[in-house]
Amino acid sequence: MTELLLVLGCPLAGALLLAVRGHRPAAADLNVFASLLTFLAAAVLTARVISGGPLVALRELFFVDAFNVFLVALTAFVGFTTAVFSRVYMRVEQDRGKLSTGQLRLYHSMYQMFTFTMLVALLTNNVGILWVAMEAATLTTVLLVSLYRTPASIEAAWKYFILCGVGIALALFGTILLYLAAEKVLGPGGTALLWTHLDEVKGELEPTVLSIAFVFLLVGYGTKVGLVPLHNWLPDAHAEGPTPISAVLSGLLLNVALYAVVRNKVLVDGALQTHVAGHLMMGFGLLSVVVAAFFLSRQKDIKRLFAYSSIEHMGIITFAFGMGGPVASFAGLLHMTAHSLTKSAIFFAVGHAAQKAGTQTIADIRGLIRVSPTVGWGLMLGSIAILGIPPFGVFASEFLILTTAMREQPWATPFLLSALGVAFAAVFSKVQAMVFGETTAQPLPHPPALFPVFVHLALVLVLGLYIPPYLAQWYRQAAAMIG
Amino acid sequence: MSPETVADFINLLASLLLLIAFAMLAQRRLLRLIHLFALQGFVLALNTTLVAATIGHTHLYFSALLTLVLKVLLLPWILHRLIDRLNVRWDVETQVNLSTIQLVGIVLVIIAFNLALPISQLAGTITRGTLGIAMASVLLSFLMMITRRKAIPQVIGFLAMENGLFFAATSATYGMPMVVELGIALDVLVGTLIFGVFFFQIRETFDSLDIHHLERLKDK
Repeated sequence: MTELLLVLGCPLAGALLLAVRGHRPAAADLNVFASLLTFLAAAVLTARVISGGPLVALRELFFVDAFNVFLVALTAFVGFTTAVFSRVYMRVEQDRGKLSTGQLRLYHSMYQMFTFTMLVALLTNNVGILWVAMEAATLTTVLLVSLYRTPASIEAAWKYFILCGVGIALALFGTILLYLAAEKVLGPGGTALLWTHLDEVKGELEPTVLSIAFVFLLVGYGTKVGLVPLHNWLPDAHAEGPTPISAVLSGLLLNVALYAVVRNKVLVDGALQTHVAGHLMMGFGLLSVVVAAFFLSRQKDIKRLFAYSSIEHMGIITFAFGMGGPVASFAGLLHMTAHSLTKSAIFFAVGHAAQKAGTQTIADIRGLIRVSPTVGWGLMLGSIAILGIPPFGVFASEFLILTTAMREQPWATPFLLSALGVAFAAVFSKVQAMVFGETTAQPLPHPPALFPVFVHLALVLVLGLYIPPYLAQWYRQAAAMIG
Repeated sequence: MSPETVADFINLLASLLLLIAFAMLAQRRLLRLIHLFALQGFVLALNTTLVAATIGHTHLYFSALLTLVLKVLLLPWILHRLIDRLNVRWDVETQVNLSTIQLVGIVLVIIAFNLALPISQLAGTITRGTLGIAMASVLLSFLMMITRRKAIPQVIGFLAMENGLFFAATSATYGMPMVVELGIALDVLVGTLIFGVFFFQIRETFDSLDIHHLERLKDK
């Protein structure tokens, strides 16, 4: 209870404080400190839920179970490491005259606010509040995407705002339909949107309404997940915003949006007693994997490249949850964790690489390993990890998803395998050219913050070699709930 | 009033909303578009009050009041301030092919009514007959967003779509729970303010509010 309030209170207090105090030299440190406190509170909350089971708090407004507590811990952790990275990254940007103090004030305050909205979305028990928090997450990041005020960044932010706004409006309609079905069973009023109550009566919900609702919810939240063909905003927003924001968008926001889809899928599955929702998710997931893989080789901008890679991986996870069953859901959760950690690590390395080379164009970034072995190795290892090479965690989860697909959905395996092959060829050749060879890069005025990169990669390595028993137990519980 | 009269009156207000949605689709003048948006909010508030009086849900009165304050007073006021500061009060959008758009709009209304039919049969509200109109307003606002070339009309389309969704919630379920409605209202308000900031950023960067400047980022 106290932990839960702290998890939500730290980022909120941090956001207000950073907004009121304005940008002082210590603002970046305060940002790190608030994120650290959030992470510690999340760790305590996690420990509490592991030992004491699911938790319902504050007149059933908040609800913590195995599924969301693991995402809360992940969100708070990546939020913290990104703040550490951002401290150095933004200082370099400021020294180069790209950002004013006013912009930095907005940045730090909104960074905390963004963390807050994601944690609310994860922890709330009310599907309506989940929607409100998802929309708020867009609102907090949209001005960060246009932070540099370049024509391209304003265009990216506008696209992000309009597309996600329309998408999320569709999700609102889905939520209204869900409420329509729910109030028939639970009666009108606040309880009819509480997930715990809905979960108890999901078998009695009207199937026709729920199937229509799910289409709207999937398309709506799917826009935020970046599922093809609703993905247009994603590469632009990732490429034009500041790199720490790309890292949290890719590593965290996409996960939270997918979380919203999966929570609703559990209800729809219960009401329909068929696999329609799963088939829809498999379709969207597979399309995203294949389309994104083929777009990878055409990318000329390093951040766009990894943005498309995020679409591909979100596709894989959506496909896994669509297949369902204990193994696939377990693998989906593992892949969520591994992708989140790896992708944010890659963006940290990419951020410093682009700063060193002075450009985001792949062709102009060469020989990173000569100037800064750590940035070069960080990018190389991160790419190897994200491409699913053993012994990293992404390999373990992709292996589980592929073998389950071979057994249960054999038709999908050739698509998945060829897409993964294409993605490998595209990303590896580009990264290799950037890391090795003659150099164009210059040293940075501040030592790069690469500690988070290697912490993340070490964790992903551990996930690939050995999943600690409590973590496995945790995934299994969550997978059982997802079904 | 007898239940039949009330139902007739609700249907009248709903058809008024459909008419406003079409009028917005066809309106080229920015200032009148804002007036229409405020009118739409007013009819919505009136409709919600009427439903509240008929079925005696107190929380619907609050939601009507919220609509009145937010969508009839606050948002139009913000929009007026914006068009004054941006000096686009008398803006007229010329590149709108009205007849084609109106025809597509009619097709969308038919689709909306077909989509709403199975859902409204399940809803137990006295207003369920208006669900088709609510969905039609959502789709028409969406069409407006797609066809406009200027940033402000596009945003008004976005806000009108939210109005349509609010109407759908009242028609199908007598409104969402209060806490959710407050959250949605807050999001809409903050969203409008951020859009306002954006208008200035776009103008500063491109010297115009025409969004064809915002179509450069593509995968070559």
